[in-house]
Amino acid sequence: MRPKTLFDKIWNKHIVHEEEGKPTLLYVDLHLVHEVTSPQAFEGLREAGRRIRRTDKTFATMDHNVPTLDRHNIKDPISLQQIETLASNCKEFGVELFDLASPYQGIVHVIGPEQGLTRPGSTIVCGDSHTSTHGAFGALAFGIGTSEVEHVMSTQCLWQNKPKTFEVRVGGKRPQGVTAKDIILSIIGTIGTAGATGYVIEYTGETIRSLSMEQRMTICNMSIEGGARAGMISPDKTTIDYLIDKPRIKSEENLDNLTKEWLKLASDEGATFDETLILDASKIAPQVSWGTSPGMVTGIKDKVPNPKEIEDPVKRKSIEDALNYMGLKADTPIEDIKIDTVFIGSCTNGRIEDLIAASKIIKGNKVSSRVKAIVVPGSQVVKYQAEKLGIDKIFKDAGFEWRESGCSMCLAMNPDKLSPGERAASTSNRNFEGRQGKGGRTHLVSPTMAAAAAIKGRFTDIRSYDIDLGEY
Amino acid sequence: MEKFNTVISRPAPLDSSNVDTDQIIPKQFLKRIERTGFGEFLFFDWRFNDDGTINNKFILNEKRFKDSEILLSQENFGCGSSREHAPWALRDYGFKVIISTSFADILFNNCFKNCILPVVVNEKELNYFFNSTLNLEDYELEVDLQNMVLSDNKGFSQNLDVDPYRRKCLLEGLDDIALTLIHEEKITMYENALSN
Repeated sequence: MRPKTLFDKIWNKHIVHEEEGKPTLLYVDLHLVHEVTSPQAFEGLREAGRRIRRTDKTFATMDHNVPTLDRHNIKDPISLQQIETLASNCKEFGVELFDLASPYQGIVHVIGPEQGLTRPGSTIVCGDSHTSTHGAFGALAFGIGTSEVEHVMSTQCLWQNKPKTFEVRVGGKRPQGVTAKDIILSIIGTIGTAGATGYVIEYTGETIRSLSMEQRMTICNMSIEGGARAGMISPDKTTIDYLIDKPRIKSEENLDNLTKEWLKLASDEGATFDETLILDASKIAPQVSWGTSPGMVTGIKDKVPNPKEIEDPVKRKSIEDALNYMGLKADTPIEDIKIDTVFIGSCTNGRIEDLIAASKIIKGNKVSSRVKAIVVPGSQVVKYQAEKLGIDKIFKDAGFEWRESGCSMCLAMNPDKLSPGERAASTSNRNFEGRQGKGGRTHLVSPTMAAAAAIKGRFTDIRSYDIDLGEY
Repeated sequence: MEKFNTVISRPAPLDSSNVDTDQIIPKQFLKRIERTGFGEFLFFDWRFNDDGTINNKFILNEKRFKDSEILLSQENFGCGSSREHAPWALRDYGFKVIISTSFADILFNNCFKNCILPVVVNEKELNYFFNSTLNLEDYELEVDLQNMVLSDNKGFSQNLDVDPYRRKCLLEGLDDIALTLIHEEKITMYENALSN
């Protein structure tokens, strides 16, 4: 038999209907729902007198809008309405909801894996582009629009044109301080923000295999920033070890059989992809974005690019526009860029390993007097774990604010946002204009780079630190 | 969904690449729980100054492009978040066609659900449209989905390349869910096989 990729195996298993000249009707195993992209879908169901076909495969949480200080006192009436609408919709349609009172509430892409809802081999959708995160477990997971949310609610299926496959193979030993975040930023910097449009990426190679599940999630999370429909990693022992004690999985009767099936999903030896990129992790430096798109990124020892050196007029203009918005001069060394704010959190880097690694840099230091720094755990479970380890104290002693879980400053739909001109080192995923607040300037970095920047008040090379970060 | 009819309009030239959905509809407007009324917030941070007055330097605010139903933009239009608020805003503002050299995947899909036709052209063609609409007084493009032709009033004409299934849905204004439920028996069969 022809060797198959992980993607082929999942795709083939989920075909409900196909015919010539039409997209394929694909079955959806898990539908995750949040407050921002769902109200119009629920409304559509109500108007058409439809119900949710599989409430047992549909789960909701509140994350985008929630305040991270006083979460039970939402001052913005429109945010409050959206939160309340989700609660009443879930009640009306019978959907399990992790609400603000739940000890399991958190960012939708943090709690899926944490609760064991995310499983290898499954198809997972959510009205959120960072759904690609779940691909770390060997699932086919992607973001959808609200019309498609309504479609999945009614039919548990989606019409999909089959994407092409893209292997991104990463080998070589990561230098200390070079994290999963740096790898994915470097990949996006290499292929560009549209480099994988129309493709599903599978990340392969010894470096990817050596990453923990949380780091793999960071990689898959940002696949969308390279334009990919989804990002995925073949399941292995690391995947199984992470999953077997998760709440919704540990009680499975045939766990042994299940894990054996999961391992069989891995891409076969000799399986071919439509496109391949090979990267050497030993040559990657800690990355810092300098522009207004995640592909506008460079190494910590580099300089802000000079648009005059760019021949292509469209590219040159986009660099000029970006530098203008970012308030940066061409050829400025990245290490000379001073920052005002540090945000550690988000579905990219708001998990316990991220917080542990950042705390190692912070320990015994103080946040620079020019910097306001906040840590927002990805979920209540992460917050609880961190507090049990005493990490909250390390952050607080250094001058960080320790917050409740949510999307927070990643997209600034809640009160956490940048002011015009304010410059942030952020562990989130998007540095678009105004993403973290109108006029705000975002530099994307890893949690350890963000932590070091908080102390120095500017970007600095984490590789020169004599701190054992373990496998992070 | 409404049916897609032939569009004849002077295209509005938005000379930016990687226009992301945060620009198309900034997050402060995502809190509405309706599908309507997003047009006034389209490109909000570009269309308006900080004090709320109209930014006269922004191209869409030029009088000649005010009523455009076709938007031109550089590569990778609509990258970023999956928010369908972006096509809701584009459509509500009045755009029925978006022309670029490439589109982000999710936005591309979302357009078809909202009676917007995204059209992919090559760089040379896009440059020609940009130059023409900026420099020619009475310039108009015509997008005829029924006959699959993209043409202008200066002699340019070429075939449109649109997925036949999506074309049919747009032209007939078909409800996606109703179409899927035709296959309900197959969905049930799939589910039964799954639980066995």
